[in-house]
Parts: sequence; structure tokens; C-alpha cells
Amino acid sequence: MTARRALIGLAAVLLVALPLWVPGNYDISVGSEILIYAIFALSVDLLIGFAGLVSLGHAGLFSLAGYTLAVCLGAGFGQPAAIALALAVALAGTAVFAALSLRTTGVGFIMITLALGQIMWGLAYRWVGLTGGDNGISVSARPAPFGISLAVPSHFYEATLIVFAGAVFAYRVFVESPFGASLRGTRDQPRRMTALGYNVWMIRFSAFMVSGLLAAIAGILFVFRAEFISPPTAALTASAEPVLMAISGGSGTILGPIVGAALVELVKNVASAYISRWNMLLGGTFVVIVMFMPEGLVPGTMRLLRRRFGARPPAPVVAAGTAERKPPP
Amino acid sequence: MWTILAINSVTFGGLLFLLSAGFSLIFGLMRVPNLTHGSMFMLGGYIGGSLIASWHLPFWLAALVAAAAVAAFGGVMERFLLRRLAGSVLAQVLVTLGVAFMVSDFSLMVWGGDPLSVDAPRALAGGTRALGVFFPTYRIAVILIAVAVAAILWAMLDRTRLGAMIRAGVDDPEMARVVGIRVSRLFTIVFCLGAGLAGFGGVMGAPILSVYPGLDFAMLPLALVVVILGGAGSLPGSLVGSIVIGFIYNFGLVMVPQLAYFILFLPMVLVLVLRPQGLFGRAAP
Amino acid sequence: MPFNRRQFLSGAAAVAGAAAMPMPAIAASKPVKIGLLADLSGPLAEGGIQMKQGLTAYLKSKNFTLSGYRIDLVIGDTGSSPAQAKNKIQELVERDHVDFIVGPLAAFEMFAVNAYVIQHKVPTLCLAGADNLTQRAPNPYLVRDSATSSQAMHVMGDYAARKLGLKRVITIDSDFAFGYEQEGGFQQVFQLRGGCVVKKLWSPLGTVDFTPYLAQIRDCDGVCQGYAGAAPVQFMKQYAQFGLKLPVCGGETAGDDALLPHFGDYAIGMISACPYTIGYPGEANKTFIALMKKYFDSVPGFYAAGTYMDGMVIEAALKSLHGDVSDPARTVKALRAVKLEHTPRGPFSFDHFGNAVGNIYVRRIEKVGGKLTNVTLETYKNISQFWPYPEATYLKQPAYSRSWPPVTACKA
Repeated sequence: MTARRALIGLAAVLLVALPLWVPGNYDISVGSEILIYAIFALSVDLLIGFAGLVSLGHAGLFSLAGYTLAVCLGAGFGQPAAIALALAVALAGTAVFAALSLRTTGVGFIMITLALGQIMWGLAYRWVGLTGGDNGISVSARPAPFGISLAVPSHFYEATLIVFAGAVFAYRVFVESPFGASLRGTRDQPRRMTALGYNVWMIRFSAFMVSGLLAAIAGILFVFRAEFISPPTAALTASAEPVLMAISGGSGTILGPIVGAALVELVKNVASAYISRWNMLLGGTFVVIVMFMPEGLVPGTMRLLRRRFGARPPAPVVAAGTAERKPPP
Repeated sequence: MWTILAINSVTFGGLLFLLSAGFSLIFGLMRVPNLTHGSMFMLGGYIGGSLIASWHLPFWLAALVAAAAVAAFGGVMERFLLRRLAGSVLAQVLVTLGVAFMVSDFSLMVWGGDPLSVDAPRALAGGTRALGVFFPTYRIAVILIAVAVAAILWAMLDRTRLGAMIRAGVDDPEMARVVGIRVSRLFTIVFCLGAGLAGFGGVMGAPILSVYPGLDFAMLPLALVVVILGGAGSLPGSLVGSIVIGFIYNFGLVMVPQLAYFILFLPMVLVLVLRPQGLFGRAAP
Repeated sequence: MPFNRRQFLSGAAAVAGAAAMPMPAIAASKPVKIGLLADLSGPLAEGGIQMKQGLTAYLKSKNFTLSGYRIDLVIGDTGSSPAQAKNKIQELVERDHVDFIVGPLAAFEMFAVNAYVIQHKVPTLCLAGADNLTQRAPNPYLVRDSATSSQAMHVMGDYAARKLGLKRVITIDSDFAFGYEQEGGFQQVFQLRGGCVVKKLWSPLGTVDFTPYLAQIRDCDGVCQGYAGAAPVQFMKQYAQFGLKLPVCGGETAGDDALLPHFGDYAIGMISACPYTIGYPGEANKTFIALMKKYFDSVPGFYAAGTYMDGMVIEAALKSLHGDVSDPARTVKALRAVKLEHTPRGPFSFDHFGNAVGNIYVRRIEKVGGKLTNVTLETYKNISQFWPYPEATYLKQPAYSRSWPPVTACKA
């Protein structure tokens, strides 16, 4: 247990001090991007890893928050009001998404969320009066809480890190709570849960709302970081990205989606500077991960470590494994 | 105008059928959401188009060679990647998308970014007057090809031993295994078949659509939409789903152009909300 | 051609070449850095690869030495995505400390980086057409040696009405800003010259089958399309397959010379207006075409010509700046003051917004010696982005959009 604490402490120190040990502003800003996508991947994995529901429409919610923020700021709202409105609108959108898509599970759920996401994408393109169409909306002002200007990359990174830490902490409390246990119950044994008197639909709906909230937070941070939003933010590929991050890192864990987000963003933003065939690298990385660690990087590494050293290294924060996954030998 | 749209709805539906029949079979039998399917369509188009343009192969021969090549690619993918992941949907999603990224980058590397324009076979070039309108002959041929492929597939599923095994596998994989069907070989065959169909569809589509970077991810959602509408694993479902989508696409774009960007997805949401298993599918297990 | 970007920068050949040239001492110590922001993957890869080839061809032919100053080239792949364009420009500016940005290609990418370019004062030579960037919302650091989205279409509208004698035209284009601006420009001038736009059709990006739109083309005597990327090939092919014979005119991307090897005979007769044409007889254009053939075995078009000439513009600016690119405002001033006679597109200069004023060529696709080529029909000389209006009059009009100019009833 102490080893684990030490590791977490070390990671925290490294993260907080990141602006000091990376070469420059660009790298700091890649750090912010990784944190933002980590929140987004966690949001999606709350449904995948804990409720067994794969959403391919979360970019719709992510961009709903982002667009609301951008439109409100453009209309002259103050930062706090714009952020609050963005959260509120995204939550309302999440409620609609959830109400429609939770009529089914499995592939049906994937497809409804995909279709809803595509509708959001279409709206972003076609509602030119509001969204600016494909030209998008530029946001010039980052907030300055307590007089600290977030226009400075390292300040923005630290602010993102605070939000990220809060989100991860709350996420952990949430999935380890009795409610989290009942959520996993709806994934593994929905019929039994119903028989036991749980309202399975309500549990899933609540989880979807929490997931939507996280996606909205990520979307708001995204717009502040990029200072821009346009329709590709809501595209199918943008919805698939956090799903890939969660699965490649290890779905159903907390660390997994974070590691997955770091992996994908590093390939896109750092490796792509050196390798012109970076798409090939990204695709190949996914294939290799699946070949050797079908359960994802984090749980897979744990398994290898366990086999190598015999002793039990720190277990993943939340036990991995979904219904269809075989228990490790 | 309406006649043209109606005929074209069937043509487009026929093309979608070639694309989605394989997807539906694979999904129905193996429960694998093959997100590489659009890439297989594109790959078929590129291979077939190059064979025609650079090797001067006759169109139909090129189509068969391309289909065989894509089928072989599918077989390799099934044997070496998907086989180990049976039952793990998340890993399957990851690996099929990973391969899709690789195929699209590979195609960019080999064929460059330029569009590949493929000519229809000479006998089918030009147009035909039918029902009082001028319609490209090749597009009518595509309808016939789709019907022929549907008939062959139906005969195979309904009349042959292989077909019986596939149907048994779709209905109840556990039971199929118990009664001694070699499910693993069956999976490889079906995956090859599905991939080959997509590759064949890519060549058939090439004279109409051309082949270009991004075609893969333009076609993938169409395959998904068809399968959702028609229900997975159901051949008549794919056929009807394809033609319904063909009609919605053609008439929708003309009648409600302001909804052009999501013309296919609104009906999909409607169907899913009202009947989550698709129009023809049975309730999901 | 996969290469390691960091090795690519200038290479030993460049240094060897530079040593042979008389040059100021400063050049040896600190090379000038150009960052190319191009779509090397994704749906716009065709244009992006042309951009890379064009700029590389020029630099290579000059041994990576412009006006005696050594040049380093750093390439960022936008992946045809605005968000990635933003990240890549940050990387080029903040990590590689480039002195110039060449690119990006698409307006939606340019808008994603526009605020950044202004904020960080990066002299940017973009190919994206978006009208307002050099008009109603000008970016002071922008230089565009190609054209606005509507610039060539103004000419096309004039030619369609006056020379082709078209009266009633249906426009068809992709449902996004580049399409709106192109067709807006066409309609504005076409109607000014007495023509009438009967109907405007918009197809979503990524449309694979154009039949629903082709079926609506009737009661007109011509069609104007403004597709880009691979879509012109698809569109023209399907247009011919449906037996449509009406004349088709188009913009710079619709008849792009780079597409010529990929068009079939069905495209013969298509007329397009473009600031570059492969048939321009000048010596500089012949050199350009030969270099593209030699290095990349590629037929150049509008995008390759754009970045190739960006190389020429930077060369001229470096000369007048004596290699001192430390002050962005001064650098942009020098870039905009560049006036070139011998380039692949012929003579051009920049207006005070940084947009090119030069020839626009109206050409027709014809088969010459068994190969398709663009044959110049007419050269409109000295065309600015405001032509045929005076600047002030033009800027008083609303910006072109999906609904402007509106479609009004045509006289019978």
C-alpha cells in the first residue's frame, strides 16, 4: 500500500512540475491537451467500463458544451455565466441523449449514440447563424481566475491540472461508492439487479448524466485551450477517439483511460513531427496492444508485472474486467 | 426527375447491399463489429482500379481478383487478430479501427492522395432510355449485379451445408459448436466472404464513386446504418435496409435539402427508439 | 516518400550549395525557418501533398538557399483537421521557432489558426481562400499569392455571361463556406452582366453519389460547380453518365490542373477560372512544371503553384530585408511589397490586405496529343479580389453566404 502511495505521490509531483521539466511552451500545451482528453476518455469509460455501454456520440456532448461556451462568450456573457450555461445546456443535451439511447443496450446503444452524435455534427455545420458553419467560432479570452491570466501556457496547464485532479478524485469516489457497485451490477447482471428491486434504467441514466458532465467539462477546457471550435469537434472520429483511448489504456480502470489519452495525444502531437506515417503508427499501436494486452495497457502491464515478480504489485484502482473478459490466469 | 431518383435509389441501394451484406453476416454470425469494412470497400476499389488502369485487366476479372485479394486480407485479419479476441467486443473495436487507420494510411502511401477514376466496362458505358428517362447503363447493371449476388448468397445460405452451418451459427453459436460444427473454420470462411463482398462492392462502386482517400470512412457509417435498419445477420434485412436507405438518401436530399447533413441519421434514431432490434432483426441476445 | 522531418530540414546538399554562393556572414550562422502547414493525411491529402511538393521543389531547385540565406523547412501535418492545424502551428512556432508559415490549405483550418497567427505575429502565406481574411476581418500577418474563394469566380461569372452567352445557370457546390463564397462570387458578377442564377444546390461534404442533385438540373442553359479535392472527378463523371450536355463552368479547384491525369474524357469541355494555369507560356512556369516532373513525377496544379510561388515571395522579401526577419511587422510589409514578373502564374503583386492581384485564366479542358490539358481561352489581367468593383463599393456589399446573393425570379 505504501508503494502505491509513493507512486501516486511521485506522479502528482511530476504532473504539477511538468512545466519545469518539459522543453517549452508547446510541450506544456500538449500536456494540457492530454489532461483534457483524459477527462473526456474517463467520461466515456464511465459508461463503457462500468455500465457496459459503448457510446459513439460523446463528441456531440463535448462540442455542445464547447459551442455553448463559445456562443455565450461571443454574445458578451461573462466567463462564469458562460461556463455555467455551457454546463447546463450540455446536461440538458445529455438527458435527451440518455433518454433516447437507454431504450436499448449493446449494439443498439452504440448506434443510437452514433446517430445522435452525427445529428449534432450536422447541426454544427448547418446552423451557420449560430455556429459559424465550418469556419467555426474563435474565442479570444481565456478566463483569469483570481487575477491569474490563463493565457500563459503554464498557468493554463496548472488550472487544467486542478480540474483534472478534482475530476479524477470525484470519479474515484463515484465508482467506488455503493452506487458505482450497483452500476457494475447493471452491467454484469441486469436481470438480477431488476429482480433485487434496483431501477436499472435510473442507475444507467444517472451514470450517463455524470458522464455527460465530465464530457462537458472536457469540452469547455478544450475550447479555452484551442480558443476555437468547429464542426469536426463533433464528428464521428472525434467520438471514436476517447473510446479508443479508454480501451487501449484499459477500460474499467481509472488509470487506463488516462494512459490511453496520453498515448494517442503523444502520437498525434509529438511522434507526428518525426514520422510522416503517424496514422500507421497509431493504428499499429492499437493492433499491438490488442495482440499482447487485449485488456488494455494498464491492466495488461499489471498482469505481466504480476507474472514476472510473483508478488502482488499495486492492483488497479478499481478491479478491471468486464463480463465478457476472462479472468487472468 | 422522380423516375431518375427512384431508379437511382435502387442502384444506390444495390451498392449499399454489396457493402453491408458482408458486414451483416460477420456481425450476425461472429458478433464482430467489423469497423474495417469501409476500408475493405476502398481497398477493393483501389486494387481493382489499379488492375484496370495499369495492368489493363478486363473489368470483371479485375473485380474478382480484387475481391479475392481483399478476402485474403480479411482471412489474415481473422486468423491472426480477431480469432484471439472472440467475445471481447472492446478489443475487437480497437483492433478493427486500428487496422482501418493503417489501411487508410497505407492507401495514401501507395496510391497517393489523387482520386482514382475507373471506367465502366465498355459494353455498359453510355446510357439507356428506360421509363421515359435517360439513365446510365452501368447503374442499371449494378442493380442486376446486386440482385445476382443476393440470389447467390440466399441460395448459399438456404441450400448448402455451409449455409446451414452459418444459419445455425447465427441462431445459436453454443449449440452449433455442440453439434460439431467447426465454428472456427466457419468464422474464417464467413469473414473472408464478407471482406470479399466489400472488396467486390468497392470495384463495382468505383466507376460511379471513384476511389479517393476518405472513401473508407464515408462508407462505414452507411454500412452501419443499413445493418441497424435491417437488423444484423439477416440477408433480407440488409437488402431491404439498403434499398430503404437508397430511397431516403435520394428523395430526402431533394425534398428536405436543409436536413442533408443528417438525412440518414434521423430515421435511424426513429427506428432504434421504436424498434431497437432493427426492422428485421430479432431481439438482441 | 517517408522521411524523418528533423533530418529533412536542409540537408548536406543545401550547405554545400550555399557555400558556393556569395552570401552575407549571417546566413551561415542562423538559417531562416519556414514551417509548412499542409494536409498530408485525411480527405484533403491530394492538395496537401501538392503543397509539400510545390514548396519543396522550389527550395530544392535553389539548394535550400534563397537570396543567399540558408533555409530550413519544417513540415507539420494538419491531418485535414482544424484542431490538429492549431496544435501543429503551435509546434512550428513555439518549438521550431519558424520565421514564416506557409499554409494551411483549407479555410476551416485557417480560421482555427487565425487568432493565433495574429496573437503571435507570424507572417503567414496561406492558400485558404476565405474572403474575409483579406477583406472585412483582415489578418495583418497574412499574405495570399493565390486568390480569395470568390476572386476567380467573379471572372468566371463575367466570362459565362459575356463570352459563353449563358442566361440561366444552376450552381452546385459543397455545403460549406468555400462553396458559398465561390458561388456567391459567380452569381454576383454573372447577374451584373445580365445572367440569372435559377437555383443553387448544396451537397453535404463527403457526398458520394450526386444523382439527387443531377436530377434537379433542368430549365437552365449551364451549370456552375465549385467542388474541391476528389469531388470534381466524381461530379463530372456522374454528370456525363446521366447524359447531361449543358456547359459546365467552375472555379480554381474544380478544374485544377493536378486533377487532369485523373479526369476521363467526360471532363472535356469543362471551363474553369483559376489564378494559375498549366498552359501559361512563361519560362518560369515551364521550369516549375519540369521540376515537379523531375522531383515528384507529378503534374502540378493550383496548390503546388501556390506554395512554389510562396517560396519566390519569401525569396524576394528576404532580399529586401537583407535576411533580417526578426520584426514580424517589417517582414509582412516586405512580403506584401513583393512584386514579381516571372512566376508560374505570371506577373502579380499584393494589395494592401496582402491578397494577390494578378492574372486569372479562363481555360477549357481539351484533349491534346492524347492527354487532357487546360487550354487557355482568355486571360483576365490584373484582377484584384474586388474586381469588377472598386474596393469601397465591394466592401459595402454583404459577405457572400449561403443566402447571399439571394436567388430571385428570373426574367423569362
